[in-house]
Amino acid sequence: MAILDKVKEALEPLGAKVEEVRPGYITASISVENLKKAAQLLFNLGFDHVVSVEGVDWIKDNEIEVAYHAASYEPELHGVIVKLSTRVPRDKPELETLIDVWPSALYPERETWEMLGVVFKGHPELKRLLLPPDYQGPPPLRKDYKVPEEGFIVDLTRKQ
Amino acid sequence: MTSQGSSEPRASPYFWYRLMGRDEEGYDVYELFIGPQHPASGHMRIIVRLDGDIIVDAEPDIGYVHRTMEKLAEGREYIKNIPLFERATIIDAANITWGYVRAVEQLLGLEAPPRAEYLRTLLAEINRIASHLYGFGIAGIMLNHSTMFMWAFGDREVWVQLAEDLTGARLTHSYIIPGGVRRNLPQDFREKALKAIRYMEKRLQDYERIFVKNPVIIARYVDVGVIKADEAKRLGIVGPNLRAAGVRYDARIAEKYGAYPELEFEIPVREEGDAMARLLVRIEEIRQSMSIIKQILDKIPDGPIFHEKYYRMLPPKLKEFVESTGRLKLPGAFIRLKPEPGEAVARVEMGHGEVFYHIVSDGSIKPYRVRVITPAFRNVVLYRYLTRGARFMDLPAIYGSIDYFPPEGDR
Repeated sequence: MAILDKVKEALEPLGAKVEEVRPGYITASISVENLKKAAQLLFNLGFDHVVSVEGVDWIKDNEIEVAYHAASYEPELHGVIVKLSTRVPRDKPELETLIDVWPSALYPERETWEMLGVVFKGHPELKRLLLPPDYQGPPPLRKDYKVPEEGFIVDLTRKQ
Repeated sequence: MTSQGSSEPRASPYFWYRLMGRDEEGYDVYELFIGPQHPASGHMRIIVRLDGDIIVDAEPDIGYVHRTMEKLAEGREYIKNIPLFERATIIDAANITWGYVRAVEQLLGLEAPPRAEYLRTLLAEINRIASHLYGFGIAGIMLNHSTMFMWAFGDREVWVQLAEDLTGARLTHSYIIPGGVRRNLPQDFREKALKAIRYMEKRLQDYERIFVKNPVIIARYVDVGVIKADEAKRLGIVGPNLRAAGVRYDARIAEKYGAYPELEFEIPVREEGDAMARLLVRIEEIRQSMSIIKQILDKIPDGPIFHEKYYRMLPPKLKEFVESTGRLKLPGAFIRLKPEPGEAVARVEMGHGEVFYHIVSDGSIKPYRVRVITPAFRNVVLYRYLTRGARFMDLPAIYGSIDYFPPEGDR
């Protein structure tokens, strides 16, 4: 059985929309409630690690898409990546962490929390990773984040 | 007790409690901060908690060279991101940009001509050798073996020069572009490459005598920092660190990109999973890369180095220039590459491991989102896993054997 059919058979009962957008790249979007169940099913199919956890800010839909790219070290699954994604509202982006299923999500989840403000409930260390510890601004990878810019010429006459 | 009278604020009891006393879990711990002032290889800090001489916990604190690459990539045209991502791993520029270019090519529906794929593979393997030698030298100096450091960095120069002959730049080649490569093979390249390979083969024997089979190195590397296959899979480790743990996984065979399906090479795998195994896997990979380079020089097909669709756009005079010099000039329209809306992923095996790109396109001339996961970022968790329970003096050995490259991890 082709891997696409296996993924379909496993995830479609949970209400996932599964398609193969390119050879070897399968996307599955699912609701937040069923995300962990779907992850466990993918793990059982042999997808033993996540390559990436990431967020995409769809500001027009007022949603953030959180995507897990799962892959496998097993020879029969070489070259296949499954994107398991869900959408959460921008003003309250919360979902359950998947590090129990995929421990390899530990650092990328932490980075996604930092860069897009997505809260992974149950994650043991949601703290700054790449940004300075005293960083106060909004999550920088959101689309409405304005990059503070300095001019080339510093105005020395301006009072501090 | 003279300091009691001074007006300086005294450290809080909590500070001393953490520094010398027992922590919340009952360990008798001493907290030690290593870095970020270049412990040996880079700009990161390791917070080590020690119980006597035994490491209870080591936490990598990265981000000191974070350059907001994913954010910057959203504001640039597709082609301008190549020199950007190149700077994540400057010692392995061909491989890290190849992943990005593969993803862009999928979005554009392009395929590079066969000769271009061979040239890409050639530069990728030259970079892989240079990258391994870099890591090798760092690993040497971390064990206070300065001869190994000098030798590896000196011999890396051979490969850097070879890359310069091919591309015109020592490190930031920007050689691989969507649709092909930027330069044809120089006429005298074959002799130079074969000379470099003969030299390196001899040098690897020297390395073995002075470093790999050195009793001091064996004592510090064998059975140190052990990770087994199950744990490596669970943590999502990549590259030589994974293969030294007994997992036969390499993006070159998994993804079948470039000229690799047509070339014969082995994926070195070892079962031990210790620092020594990681070292030996890298040495064997240098040998395999040299064999790949020889095969490429024999098998490289003739033909164009750039996709017909864009080559046609060049005015006749520029075409003449490209034909006579073998140096490609890009058509002006190249800055406004406009892929269809959609998404693509690509994986490429770098010297350090597998790099992953995910590009989301909204149909404009700039990517909507670029996600890059570098091998160093995936391997950073090894600091926590491998050091627990090790002696403090094993930390440099473990650090060196992981071949972690901070600018790559931070992006």
